[in-house]
Amino acid sequence: MYESSREKIACFINASPEEIVFVRNATEGINLIACSFGGPNVSRGDNILLTQLEHHSNIVPWQLLAQRKKATLSFAKMSKNFLLGEKDFAQKLNKKTKIASFTAASNVLGTITPVEKLVKLSHEAGAVAVVDAAQAAPHFSLDVKKLDCDFAVFSGHKMLGPTGIGVLYGKKELLEEMPPFLAGGDMIKRVFWQHSEYNDLPYKFEAGTPNISGVIGLGAAVDYLQRLGMSNIRSHEQSLTKYALEELSSLPKTVLYGPPADKRTAAISFNLGGVHPHDVASVVDGEGVAIRSGHHCAMPLMSVLGVAATCRASFYVYNDVADVDALATALRKTTKLFRL
Amino acid sequence: MLMQDLYVAEILDRYRNPMHKGILQNADSSARESNPLCGDDLQIFLKLEGSRVKEIRFSGVGCAISQASADLLCELAEGKTLKEIVALKKEDVLKLLGVPISAVRLKCALLSLKTLKMAAYTKLGLDEKKVGWA
Repeated sequence: MYESSREKIACFINASPEEIVFVRNATEGINLIACSFGGPNVSRGDNILLTQLEHHSNIVPWQLLAQRKKATLSFAKMSKNFLLGEKDFAQKLNKKTKIASFTAASNVLGTITPVEKLVKLSHEAGAVAVVDAAQAAPHFSLDVKKLDCDFAVFSGHKMLGPTGIGVLYGKKELLEEMPPFLAGGDMIKRVFWQHSEYNDLPYKFEAGTPNISGVIGLGAAVDYLQRLGMSNIRSHEQSLTKYALEELSSLPKTVLYGPPADKRTAAISFNLGGVHPHDVASVVDGEGVAIRSGHHCAMPLMSVLGVAATCRASFYVYNDVADVDALATALRKTTKLFRL
Repeated sequence: MLMQDLYVAEILDRYRNPMHKGILQNADSSARESNPLCGDDLQIFLKLEGSRVKEIRFSGVGCAISQASADLLCELAEGKTLKEIVALKKEDVLKLLGVPISAVRLKCALLSLKTLKMAAYTKLGLDEKKVGWA
């Protein structure tokens, strides 16, 4: 059951099973890449390129690597309409860039980035491309071979799976060259007193007793999503997003962040007049609507938007039009309560 | 609990029409603290007569709970000695607000107390970093 889950997940993203490493979550996956790929391949004066849209999990591990190796960290700018500018990304890539790591979809703005193009640009500059697919893999179909990315990560709990399970995809040739991340049982073939022979892929990167129930749970989630069909999921979310954007823009003094529905996922950040996001979230919670408020693990992006926090409503397969209506009604109540 | 219960008239009124909002020039002590998780940022200014608070103001941005709590706490602190301020507990603030505060909003409610205590600590020659969240 455990290994058949691995095969399911490999098939889900068009990879081979030995290229699928189970980790705790996308965050752990990125840390693994930073340590095991970044460690041997990044030296003093090298550059790591990220973007302004990134989640903390795709920033902080690279900060640690850059500090350790005395490498530089740069950020491709968010462009007009909350998209990711290819031009600035291309300009910031240089001979010294060893790793380019970027999100496939922003958890704050919903922005879908031009992953295939960004991967191509990275390769032309001689850098490996890491894709943070945490907000993408649950919502639309991902083909890592077509994208030609070198690494990709995503988390089970964002795609109807249990918490504590995530996936790192890495090209076989790269994983083969990389030293282990965590060490101990299962990731070895033979252990002597002073050294060990490591196991084949992907087990080399899976030390200790795995999260067996998590893996099986994720396999079940992938089955479910495949049954629904990723393109059906995408069109369902797009129509909810379009409707939600219409409703939200009819509210007084509301600021919406993010591109139009066809260029984004169903995560919608907004601010209601001068009302603090915490207050908005509390009031709509009382109306039975759950939104998130705060910096959404993207403090640097918040500074680009010029705010400390936003409200965020996001939709998935289990949401429908009635939920959008409930959100709009609750927000109207909030505007009345705070006299906007 | 209906969230509307949280936003009772008193709290919304203090949020819209605070009585102690402002900056004190030549304050005898001041402190600044924020809750970076959500963007609440508060500064408290104290003018003293001996060791008693003669005038107190707060400034900053934040959610309705943090602002209302700051205004109510300023009112409570007026006339108190620095030692009495240092002895204030989170229960004193929660009593002022008069509504149940969930775990999620606790830091919003207590930001004012932390900031006020930091201002008192500084004046008393103590390390403001030692002031906890409750």
